[in-house]
Amino acid sequence: MEVNELQKIGVFVCWCGSNIAGTVDVAKVAETLKNEPGVVFSTDYQYMCSEAGQLIIKNAIKDNGLTGIVVCSCSPRMHEATFRKTAEAAGLNPYMVEIANVREQCSWIHKDMEEGTEKAIILGRSAVAKLNLNTPLIAGENPVTKRALVIGGGIAGIQTALDIADAGFEVDIVEKKQTIGGKMAQLDKTFPTLDCAACILTPKMVDASANDKITLYTYSEVDNVSGFVGNFTVDIRKKARYINTDVCTGCGACTEKCPSRKTPNEFNMGLDTRSAIFIPFAQAIPNIPSIDKNACLHFKTGKCGICQKTCGVNAIDFEQEDEIVTREYGAIVAATGFNPIKVDKFDEFQYSQSPDVVTSLELERIMNAAGPTKGKLVRPSDHKHPTDMVFIQCVGSRGESCREKGYCSKICCMYTAKHAMLIRDKYPDVNVHVFYIDVRTPGKNFDEFYRRAVEEYGVDYIKGMVGKVSTRSNGRLLVQGSDLLANEQLLLETDMVVLATAIEPDESVKDLATMLTASIDTNNFLTEAHAKLRPVESPTAGVFLSGVCQGPKDIPETVAQAGAAASKVIGLLCKDKLIANPCVAKSEELLCSGCSVCANVCPYGAITYEEKEVNDHGVRETRRLAQVNSAVCQGCGACTVACPSGAMDLQGFSTRQIMAEVDAICK
Amino acid sequence: MQKLRDEIVAKCKALLEDGTVDRVIGWEKGLFDYDCSPATFTKENIDELVYNEYCGSNLSKYLVKESKAEGNVAVLLKPCDTYSLNELLLEHRVKKEKIFVLGIPCGGMKDEKGELLMKCNTCKGNEHKIADEVMDSDLTVPEARDRFELVEKLDGMTPEERFAFWQGELSKCIRCNACRNVCPACTCLKCVFDNHASGIDSKANADSFEEKMFHIIRAFHVAGRCTDCGECSRVCPQGIPLHLFNRKYIKEINELYGEYQAGETEDSRPPLANFTKEDAEPSVIYEKGRD
Repeated sequence: MEVNELQKIGVFVCWCGSNIAGTVDVAKVAETLKNEPGVVFSTDYQYMCSEAGQLIIKNAIKDNGLTGIVVCSCSPRMHEATFRKTAEAAGLNPYMVEIANVREQCSWIHKDMEEGTEKAIILGRSAVAKLNLNTPLIAGENPVTKRALVIGGGIAGIQTALDIADAGFEVDIVEKKQTIGGKMAQLDKTFPTLDCAACILTPKMVDASANDKITLYTYSEVDNVSGFVGNFTVDIRKKARYINTDVCTGCGACTEKCPSRKTPNEFNMGLDTRSAIFIPFAQAIPNIPSIDKNACLHFKTGKCGICQKTCGVNAIDFEQEDEIVTREYGAIVAATGFNPIKVDKFDEFQYSQSPDVVTSLELERIMNAAGPTKGKLVRPSDHKHPTDMVFIQCVGSRGESCREKGYCSKICCMYTAKHAMLIRDKYPDVNVHVFYIDVRTPGKNFDEFYRRAVEEYGVDYIKGMVGKVSTRSNGRLLVQGSDLLANEQLLLETDMVVLATAIEPDESVKDLATMLTASIDTNNFLTEAHAKLRPVESPTAGVFLSGVCQGPKDIPETVAQAGAAASKVIGLLCKDKLIANPCVAKSEELLCSGCSVCANVCPYGAITYEEKEVNDHGVRETRRLAQVNSAVCQGCGACTVACPSGAMDLQGFSTRQIMAEVDAICK
Repeated sequence: MQKLRDEIVAKCKALLEDGTVDRVIGWEKGLFDYDCSPATFTKENIDELVYNEYCGSNLSKYLVKESKAEGNVAVLLKPCDTYSLNELLLEHRVKKEKIFVLGIPCGGMKDEKGELLMKCNTCKGNEHKIADEVMDSDLTVPEARDRFELVEKLDGMTPEERFAFWQGELSKCIRCNACRNVCPACTCLKCVFDNHASGIDSKANADSFEEKMFHIIRAFHVAGRCTDCGECSRVCPQGIPLHLFNRKYIKEINELYGEYQAGETEDSRPPLANFTKEDAEPSVIYEKGRD
């Protein structure tokens, strides 16, 4: 083993109460590691992270002149920062601290004391072997661009942007649709208080639009992201609206005159149609139309141009092209939201076959006063008043087949109770049945809300699943289901079936995750840095999460998370400089052959090449050499293993250090 | 062959005369007929250049040094040698603006016993992948056999048999470094085997295990970059079939990442020296590795 004779190492073994001491003989670990090369002090203590524990470390450093410490404790993700600060307070370089994870990777997974102890000793020994080769590292600093980018202009993005702007920072919202507002703008009422969604959302939309700190990029998408925390550069593609937005007054005359009126209206879930030049809804922000190129007669035939003739301010511009805007940001918030899943694979529910089978979001539009039926509840097939309605819960949620999601979509129980209650309130003659697996209503005033639907409004909740929906010759629907509590099969004739459809992250999140080097889980939800303790931060520094893109949640939760994400952003933008991670790659000039392998494998684009004069033991020549941008490097180490000559090495995790660890384990 | 040789010399003379190049990398006659060696020629000695069926050596690697020196240099490359040059250009080891590639035809090369070289049994064909000019000829390349035949045979062995096979072969190694020195993919300014700080330098004689590691590490270093030029096996004085290591890796890479021939083009990206979103996941490699 390589031993640095100048190192004086202290070993501190934590009991973590009984977490570690329960399956690891901590005293034996401390005693055994005392004999490792370089170790001059070794002890164990109940809670090393406690003030008393840290004092033991500080005193040992001072009393024994320690040059580095090994703490055998929990995962470095928990307390590495703590112990680095402890060491620093006692005058050590914080990178002379090594953590041997003897909890998550040892005591928690072993049951046998002897085995656990043996492994803890091996892990401690490898940390000592590495520390023997540690050198003090000095962290650099990077400036912070004091502007944030919020991707997605639904309630999550709007709230995040408002909160960031409120703290005095500039913030841009990029929204891919023509207007901000997102899914909430399509809703009728909101649970559990039943206030109108538009009444509480549109003031926030107006606030965002009027706030001079907020810039809206609607009908825009993120094309490219480069850089790193505090210093992102983002290309935003402003898609062509074919409207000069500077002069358009939003009078809407063009939308009324447009002869192409057969396109399914996306905002109304395709329940009615819209014109080729259109404004999605009355309170859209910005209140500016855009031309749907695929529907516009001018783009299809080269003729028409009625909108152009109608427009009083000459705002129509058929020649307009996409525009790329490049902006710099210190922080990025993903708030890309969700969509209901497509239910066309659920043939048993007849969604594709019968217009009277609708999704819950379609029902929202039917119930909405600004919707296709002006808020009047009618059967879509013949616009007659229904007398019976069946709601089916968990369509596509909590399933195991490939067409279903494994997770609970979380919001469906509550919005179904809301729909049932609203219908019973407005149309007491309509019988409402709800098929459910179980009703999930955790949340303030949520269960009370559900009970009101059952007890006060007489909604018929049936525990059981629906096997089949079929169309009868009289035009009504026949629902075959089971009532598990009564242990009987049910046949219900009904006018409408409403599917509580599972929700899934918006598909744009996949490309975005790649651009942001943020990770997504198997369901395409963005992953948080820590499920419990860092729920609004992504594992990539400077990238934060807001709303359903991180996991299913309702409006109150989304708004709370939006505020939390904003506070993390504000905390970041408040800083003038960020401490960089010194554990980054470094190229040894005299070993570099300039082959570019390292640059080719770098996922972050942190490596560039330059022609540089070197003096290689008296030979002066110009060579092509790898240069690492230490601010961009994330220390992943891909380059160090790709470099054939070993020129590339990772500071703090050098090849020698890692080999020393391996050797110590194999000893 | 003699006619072709004369035409090549005439072409080289013209290139030297009109100042296109200052030197030519070719072959000179050695002690014996079968002993043609790489050499650099100028106007003065260009007539000593030979080209016959014993010119098996791959000259592309000499460009690393020669293209750095004063003046321009021409190089004679057989079709299979051009793959190595593409790989060297890709890795910025040769200055393209300083070289002139004269593609020369090949009808298969022989060893000292007069038999077809191992690499010619799996001939890559008669197309030069990079050349400024290609000489005409009526030579036809030998028919190619399946290059993974032996690798599959080794794959079919039990681990014990395979270990015994390699132990038998590698115990012959005298660590002369000829395989590394001739390899066109081994062009690091400072080789890890010459660098004490790497922790793996010059340990061939420490124990029998280290000796195996030398060859395995070397094969790993060229994995994905090796064009399968076969020079390592050709120069091995002990006759160790070193190219089998490389072919094993080539076969694995083809299976995991799709067919890839290093040096096919000047701007390809070797699968192991590239980062893409479509990279095989570790789980895929793990699953495949279990088969």
